[in-house]
Amino acid sequence: MIWNPTKECMNAEDKRLLQGERLRKVVDRVYHSVPFYRHKLQERDMRPDSITSIDDITKLPFTTKQDLRDNYPYGLFAVPMSEIVRIHASSGTTGNPTVVGYTRRDLAIWSEMIARCLSAFGADRNDIFQVAYGYGLFTGGLGLHYGVEHLGGTVIPASSGNTAKQVRLMRDFGTTAFASTPSYALYLADAMKESGISRDEFKLRIGIFGAEPWTENMRKEIETKLGINAYNVYGLSEIMGPGVSHECEYKCGSHIIDDHFYAEIIDPDTLEPVPYGQVGELVLTTLTKEGLPMIRYRTKDLCSLNPEPCKCGRTSIRMSRIMGRSDDMLIIRGVNVFPSQIESVILEMPEFEPHYLIYVDRVNNLDMLEVHVEVRDGFYSDEIKVMVELKKKLAARLHSVLGLHAEIKLVEPYTIERSEGKAKRVFDRRDIK
Amino acid sequence: MTIRQLSVFIENKLGRINEVTKILATNNINMMAFSLAESTDFGVLRLIVSDVDKAAEVLKEARFGVSLAEVIAISLANTPGSLSKVMERLAGEGIFIEYMYAFSSGDVANVVIRPTNLEKCMKALETCDCNVLSEQSFA
Repeated sequence: MIWNPTKECMNAEDKRLLQGERLRKVVDRVYHSVPFYRHKLQERDMRPDSITSIDDITKLPFTTKQDLRDNYPYGLFAVPMSEIVRIHASSGTTGNPTVVGYTRRDLAIWSEMIARCLSAFGADRNDIFQVAYGYGLFTGGLGLHYGVEHLGGTVIPASSGNTAKQVRLMRDFGTTAFASTPSYALYLADAMKESGISRDEFKLRIGIFGAEPWTENMRKEIETKLGINAYNVYGLSEIMGPGVSHECEYKCGSHIIDDHFYAEIIDPDTLEPVPYGQVGELVLTTLTKEGLPMIRYRTKDLCSLNPEPCKCGRTSIRMSRIMGRSDDMLIIRGVNVFPSQIESVILEMPEFEPHYLIYVDRVNNLDMLEVHVEVRDGFYSDEIKVMVELKKKLAARLHSVLGLHAEIKLVEPYTIERSEGKAKRVFDRRDIK
Repeated sequence: MTIRQLSVFIENKLGRINEVTKILATNNINMMAFSLAESTDFGVLRLIVSDVDKAAEVLKEARFGVSLAEVIAISLANTPGSLSKVMERLAGEGIFIEYMYAFSSGDVANVVIRPTNLEKCMKALETCDCNVLSEQSFA
C-alpha cells in the first residue's frame, strides 16, 4: 500500500517545483536564523533569493559532521529552544557528539516517513511491531516507535539486547514485524532455532532492517532463516533518523522521501555532481525540517541514484545499497565508530604504547571489534591477572566511549608497525559489498 | 632476603620461547629455574637467571616486554613432606601465594615463591626447616 500517493507518486515536474519552493523557504529560514549558514552564504555572495529552482542547490555550500560538532550543542538549530520538543544525539565520539533537535512538526513528518516505509513493506494497522532498536539518544528506537503508532499498528518497545526475552516476546505477543539491525536479525534467527520453539508458533512476516550496511546475500539468509520478507530502511540522525529512504515490495533500491529530502551524489574528491547510476557520496538537504535544517549535508555514505519511476507506482528517486564510506568511519553492530575514538582512549592510558591495530570481523553474522595494543615498558607484570586486568581496563574505557565491546589483544613490543605517515591501522574484514 | 625474577611477555606464537632461550645462551646467561604461565592469547615466562640485569638488558634490546619481580627462593630437603611442612606454616600465618614453581635434583629441592606479602612470608620462613637463597647463590 502507498501511504501518501499524492506525494509518493507525484509527477516529476510537480516534484521539482515543490522541491524548488521548499528549498527556497529553507534557505530563507537558515539565512535569517542560523549565523553559521548566513556567513557561509554571504561568503559566496548569496542571498535567499539566489534560489529560484531546485537546480540552484548546487550553488549552496556543503555541511559536514564537523560543522555540527563545531556548533555543539545547539548552534545550528534554526528555532528557539522553546520550539524544540525532542533531542537525539549520535553515539559518543572523541570530540563532541552530534546533537539533533526536533520541533513538533518535525516529529510529525518523521512519523509519517516511517508510516510510508512500513506501508511500502506491506504492513498495516493490524501488524504488531517489535522494535529492537535501542531506545534513547539513538534515533532508531523512538523513531520507529512513533512511526508505528502513526500507522496505527501496535508497538512493542522491546529495545535492543536480551535475545532470549526478544524471542519470548515475539512468540507470546504475536509479533508480526520486527525492527533491528540486519546482523542482529541473523543472531536472533539462531537464537530462535536454539530455543526449540517451532516456527509455527511465531507469526513473524516482515523484517525492518537498517542502521548498518548489509548485502543481498544477508537478505537471502535472513529471509530463509526467519521465513520473512526483509526490507531495508535507511536514515541518519543528522537528517532525521530512520526513514529517509526505504525499499518497497520490489526490493530494487530504496525510495528516498524526496518531498522532504533532496538527494545528490557527488565525487567525494572533486565535490562535483556525478551522473545518475554512478557511485559517489550521498549528499542530503532537508527541505522541510524546522529544528535542525541541513543544507547539502555530506553523509559520507557511498551509493548511486536511480531517478526512474518504480514498478510499485512511486516516482521518488531511489538509492542503491550503501557500498562503503568516504571517510574512515566504521559501522559496527549499528554503532558509528571512528578509529580516532579508539586512538584517543589508548593515548590517554599510560599503560599502553600509542600504537594500535583495529580489526573488524563478522563472526556468526555478528560484528566483532578487536583492538591490538602494546603494553608500555614498566607496565609488564609477572602476574597473568595483572596483564588481564590491563585488557579489561582498556575494554571498559572503550566501552564507555564507543558503547561497544571490543576484544583486546596484547601484542609484543614493536610488533605494530611504526610510521609517521598514513599507517594502515584499520582492517575491516567484513564482506559487505 | 628476596631475589629478582625476570618475567617476559610472550604472545602465543610459535618459536617465541626458543627466541628467549637463544638470546640468553648467546649472552652466556644461565637459567636456574623457569616457568610459563599462560592465558588465552599470551603467556608470561618467569625466569631465575645467573645475571638478571644483563638478561633484562639483552631481552629488552631484542624488543621483548620485560619486568622484574621480587620473589623468594628456598632450598629444602628433597624428601616426602618437607615442602608440606613449609606450606602448612605459611598457610597458618595467613600468607597468600600468587604463584610458585619448583625443581629438585639429588638431595635438594628448590622452590620459588611469589607471596602477596613478601615481608611476612620471609619472617615465617625463618622458623621453617629450609634455606632462603640469595641472588648470589645463582650467579
